[in-house]
Amino acid sequence: MTAPSSAAAFRGIVRRDLRLAARRRSEPLFTLGFFVVVASLFPLGLGPEPELLRRIAPGVLWVAALLASMLALGRMFGADYEDGTLEQLVLAPSPLVLSVGAKIVAHWLVSGLPLVLVSPLLALQYGLPGDVIAHLMLSLLIGTPVLSLIGAIAAALTIGVRGAGVLVSLLTLPLCVPALVFGAGAVDATLAGLSAAPNLALLGACLALSLLFAPLATATAIRISLE
Amino acid sequence: MTNGVIHWFRFASPQSFYPLAGRMLPWFAVLAALLAAAGLWIAFFVAPTDAQQGESYRIIFIHVPASWMSMFLYVVMAGWAGFGLAFNTRLSSMMAHAIAPTGALFAFLSLWTGALWGRPTWGAYWVWDARLTSELVLFFLYLGYMALHAAIDDPRRGDRASAVLALVGVINVPIIYFSVQWWNTLHQGASVSITRAPSMAATMFAGMLVMALAFWMYSIAATLGRARAIMLEREAHMQWTQDLKEAAR
Repeated sequence: MTAPSSAAAFRGIVRRDLRLAARRRSEPLFTLGFFVVVASLFPLGLGPEPELLRRIAPGVLWVAALLASMLALGRMFGADYEDGTLEQLVLAPSPLVLSVGAKIVAHWLVSGLPLVLVSPLLALQYGLPGDVIAHLMLSLLIGTPVLSLIGAIAAALTIGVRGAGVLVSLLTLPLCVPALVFGAGAVDATLAGLSAAPNLALLGACLALSLLFAPLATATAIRISLE
Repeated sequence: MTNGVIHWFRFASPQSFYPLAGRMLPWFAVLAALLAAAGLWIAFFVAPTDAQQGESYRIIFIHVPASWMSMFLYVVMAGWAGFGLAFNTRLSSMMAHAIAPTGALFAFLSLWTGALWGRPTWGAYWVWDARLTSELVLFFLYLGYMALHAAIDDPRRGDRASAVLALVGVINVPIIYFSVQWWNTLHQGASVSITRAPSMAATMFAGMLVMALAFWMYSIAATLGRARAIMLEREAHMQWTQDLKEAAR
């Protein structure tokens, strides 16, 4: 029997994780629900003035997306660690970096992409104009993969650790500062009538950098955690 | 073994480093005390009063060296952690673990003295200035490092996991610094500027350098002391620690 190619393994892991998410539909929906609820709470706390809401919308929506994606991180490796799948991935002939990459892709498709898709709805609630909404979606589309990639490192480091949920947030949130700054900055710039391109380009640079380093660091972290 | 050659790698084992650290510690501690005394003397009696800020600027002699140390120690910590991860040396990881609290202390000290300095000069304890914010994030990174180490029961796994975190952090620190800097300049025209008066009196600079050296010595002494405690704790079951106990009796 020959070992399947790395690309086949990659596709297989993505497909498996997506199927698992489809079977346990409630968990991905929790993330989405959290995002919507948090974003809807801010007007209740701050008052309904449209001018104020429009000004704070980019930051609020980005922070809400950041927190929602933190919540989903526990799922990334938790169940696979408990049922031994993670050990099989480490032992498998295909490189662990690729398998980890596949898991991150699947995780983003399940918990990051829905946030991007639902964001226009929340943006309308905050009274943002059309071109700003487009840039909000674009910045989230580039930015949420960064959050998944950085979060994967912390999720792998805290596999099987007491109080992993809170610890993951403590480790990840400071590292996500650049994504938050550039993401919310892009939307802010559009709102102020400036070009969003510089911030989006910097956000893209963050994505490129984390694409390069995060799977490597995550694979190392998984090996350490499973020792 | 002898004939004038020092076998440096001998000190990579806790057993032989423990007594060496014990012999070095008092020297660094004494140097730290002397330099701090000299630095504070320059700070309070030699350095002239600032034309714009009056006497309140004198906290600079604590504030700036503490900020330098907090950033520098993070890099040193990541370096030791990286060594520990790459070469699997016990002592490197112990050193990284021993540096973290001192680094966090300096980050906190820098934020605290910054707040005390900001009040009389800017009229606010805290402003969302780029440097303040990135120092705060650095403090969080130290906390995360220590929290991760503390959460993992097996100290060797804790060493390796927190080493990965420290290395990820050290790549991220410059990105965070620049992102925050651009964030600040994009948002508003700077209402306050942290940039100091362009011409700094030579005595002020000398005082800051002496204080920075004092903090260096203190950091080395504190790290050595903490590393000794860690060595004893982790290797309590080893023969050499048992021998130490016998010798002390």
